[in-house]
Amino acid sequence: MNRRTRFARSQRMTIAAGILFIVLLLIILQLWLFTATVNAFLGGDTAILWPAALVSLVCLGLNLGLLWYLYALER
Amino acid sequence: MINQESEQLTVAPDGRAPDEQPRWRQDFPIDWPQDEYVARREFIKFLLLTSVAFTVGQFWLLVQNFWRQQAAPQAQLITRVDEIPVGGSLIFHYPAESPARLLVRVDEETFVAYEQQCTHLTCPVLPAVEKGELHCPCHDGIFDLLTGRPLAGPPQRPLARVTLTVRDGQIFATGMERRTT
Repeated sequence: MNRRTRFARSQRMTIAAGILFIVLLLIILQLWLFTATVNAFLGGDTAILWPAALVSLVCLGLNLGLLWYLYALER
Repeated sequence: MINQESEQLTVAPDGRAPDEQPRWRQDFPIDWPQDEYVARREFIKFLLLTSVAFTVGQFWLLVQNFWRQQAAPQAQLITRVDEIPVGGSLIFHYPAESPARLLVRVDEETFVAYEQQCTHLTCPVLPAVEKGELHCPCHDGIFDLLTGRPLAGPPQRPLARVTLTVRDGQIFATGMERRTT
């Protein structure tokens, strides 16, 4: 049996608002991470570069997943 | 169960019934809830570009770090000791074609050298040997002459230090030391 959950438009609007909020939080985290990494890099501290890049990549993955979910709601 | 019909209703921003709306809106009805939904979705999509940009920036720093490690400088002769008077300074490039470095003779025995770019907005810093300071004239940033650490003004990070070796009356630059504190 193939049952799909379908949300009303008003519900999708609420979900979109929630996703927008989470995406904004993740981007603010990425902004902070990037400025902190640049500061460390310019100061010669390179140990943080790989972990910061991986965390930023994970944030991007989460954002992409959320956008994919938003488009999936409309199908 | 969702009422598909209600999904298609157009609700104007002021919430009034369609026949109470201005004529232009009756003639050109817009599905406002759908319009707002699509605008929000497109905004999220646009924000993703920002997220991509930050991620690319992080990996760009990794590439920069790789290049920096590949170009580790060798020892380089700067000048002779007797060519700089006490309190005097000299601009040099180490490694060659890099941004300017500043060599300062503090006293008979003490030489210090730093990257000349202020760590705030890369204006060139100028030595004030009598005060024991390096001064950035752009925004009144002040660094300690002996350590390169910021004392006042907007700079937060110390100046990158050029490590020096004095041998046979000659001054050599032997490396760069970048610091966060």
